[in-house]
Amino acid sequence: MDNKERLPRRILIAKPGLDGHDRGAKVVATALRDAGFEVIYTGLRQTVDQIVNTAIQEDVDVIGLSILSGVHMELTKRLVKKLRESGAGNIPVAVGGVIPPGDVEKLKEVGVAGVFSVGTSFKKIVDFIRNI
Amino acid sequence: MKEKITKKKDRWREKCLSQAPYRSAKAELSGVDVDVDILYTPDSIASIDYPQDIGFPGEPPFTRGIYPSMYRGRLWTMRQYSGFATAEESNKRFKFLMDQGNMGLSVAFDLPTQMGFDSDNPEIEEEVGRVGVAISTLKDMEILFEGIPLHKVTTSFTINGIASIILAMYLAVAEKQGVPFTEVGGTIQNDILKEYVARGTYIFPPRPSLRLIVDTIEYCMKEAPRFYPISISGGHFRSGGASLIQEVAFMMLNGITYIEAVLARGIDIDEFAPRLSYLFVTQLNLFEEIAKFRASRRLWAHIIKERFKAKDPRSMMFRVYAAGCGDVLTHAEPENNIVRLTMMTLAGILGGVQSFFTPAYDEAYEIPTEKSALLGLRTQQILAYETGITNTVDPLGGSYYIEWLTSKIENEVRKYMEELEKKGRMVELIERGFIQNEMARIAYEKTKKKLSGEKVVVGLNKFQSAQAREKLQIYQPDREAISKQIARVKRVKAERDNEKVHYCLKRLEGAAKGTENLMPYLLETVKAYGSVEEIVNTLRGVFGEFREPVM
Repeated sequence: MDNKERLPRRILIAKPGLDGHDRGAKVVATALRDAGFEVIYTGLRQTVDQIVNTAIQEDVDVIGLSILSGVHMELTKRLVKKLRESGAGNIPVAVGGVIPPGDVEKLKEVGVAGVFSVGTSFKKIVDFIRNI
Repeated sequence: MKEKITKKKDRWREKCLSQAPYRSAKAELSGVDVDVDILYTPDSIASIDYPQDIGFPGEPPFTRGIYPSMYRGRLWTMRQYSGFATAEESNKRFKFLMDQGNMGLSVAFDLPTQMGFDSDNPEIEEEVGRVGVAISTLKDMEILFEGIPLHKVTTSFTINGIASIILAMYLAVAEKQGVPFTEVGGTIQNDILKEYVARGTYIFPPRPSLRLIVDTIEYCMKEAPRFYPISISGGHFRSGGASLIQEVAFMMLNGITYIEAVLARGIDIDEFAPRLSYLFVTQLNLFEEIAKFRASRRLWAHIIKERFKAKDPRSMMFRVYAAGCGDVLTHAEPENNIVRLTMMTLAGILGGVQSFFTPAYDEAYEIPTEKSALLGLRTQQILAYETGITNTVDPLGGSYYIEWLTSKIENEVRKYMEELEKKGRMVELIERGFIQNEMARIAYEKTKKKLSGEKVVVGLNKFQSAQAREKLQIYQPDREAISKQIARVKRVKAERDNEKVHYCLKRLEGAAKGTENLMPYLLETVKAYGSVEEIVNTLRGVFGEFREPVM
């Protein structure tokens, strides 16, 4: 099935880990809703298992993780692994937050489809999702 | 007089100003921008009554400052926030900063500690020691303050969900050092209401959390009178995207909620209000920030006096700690942040703060290095000792613009508070997610303005260079040190008198079900080396957990 024809796309915005800074997650969720997407924001402190379960149950097209506490590598690796184990490895994962430039490539090597550091334009994020 | 000036100003506008082209300007006070006049004159502030509205420093309504001699008497406390990895490493950083002239300690905790998890919990392993120091048992706290006599320093703890436990541990360390509680000074942030809206480190629901807060206020009032048991915070809303008006209004509404909760216990306002402290951040609009502090002092003095019938002027003092706001720092061209932080520090000092934290310019990325943390402190020292801005109290008082802005902010905050109070009490508004949405609305608008370039950020959306950001030195926690921390927690748990810990936790549980003050029970438990996680689990069993409303 060609995913590009299924509109609006469903997006899961999730905050894994213990970090409570949710401004970015909420702002991006609002921007994506304004752009016509259907957005599910699951709130603070979701475990990797919870995020994967929600993604599968809600049949989302993209998972966007928001991480600002420096543990993006560890959490993303665990999430991608869990997704693959659950047979949902085809769902693209994007990561946003405080991501040092040196980690962008490392995240992509882990299997992340897009990295959006603080300050990324909404347009860039929207274009990314439309082009998946 | 007023008419005469207004008439002359109108003539000036018509004959002189009209010949000169000029741009429009807006104040950034709230979501709805306010027009800023091109010139302020005596008639702009004609309705202000000097003795009543501005007055003198050290006397209500404290517009010009809460102390009579302000920085001529004593400088503000330069309180640099730090804490990372383990107690040993943080202890070393504390001592380094003290040697360099830092005047008070300020502890950052890692997220597991803030959320009530011990370092040896495998679920949260990757977050141990990451954004602050890991504290699981009294043993860690003893090491954190080793060689630092607690009657000689004051310590501020950025801790909320488990503030009462940290207070108990700090007092227990004092006891071990032979320092009486009456000589222990410091602050716990302990402001849970803002956590539900902006910072996120809540554990229990609002109502039992409020009880814990009142317990700490009552306990400090009686046992540790030099300790400030709460720092009621507006700054975190602002850092989370709120407007300046929201920063002040939400803080004051939360403050009112805490005060009402203490009063409900039959304690007189003048017994505890002198021990309340407040927290703001500063951003880059210099004059708006300065006016914010002046307006807040005036408005708070009125609220405490009129609404709560306080008689002691000390109850009416808005004693404020402030920090430069990390939200306006950029990753792009990070050295530009040094200039931004200088301006934000200047705003705090000209605003008359009691203590200030200048973050490190690389904080937008990670935990500051020793060098960048020192630069933050040096910024304050240069302003304090080289610029002469401390030579007179409230040097901008009397400026037509500053006084106009001060009154404007006071009025806007008052109006917004009235509007919110009509919608419900703060706890209910937070439980319903109303305040969260109010803030998210402004945060979204502000982000859009920044992305579109309407809000200029030099080096980010205007005048960008190709300067590499890879140059930044990023802090990485030492995994070996973290392993040692985890091993220590395990060892403490194996070596302590476990029967005693269980007994203490049982007693704590019983007390939590009743209405007694929990502080003595917490003190007893931490002294037996009961851990943060064990205490939190015990309390969670009685209090339950907060679930955030869906956005």
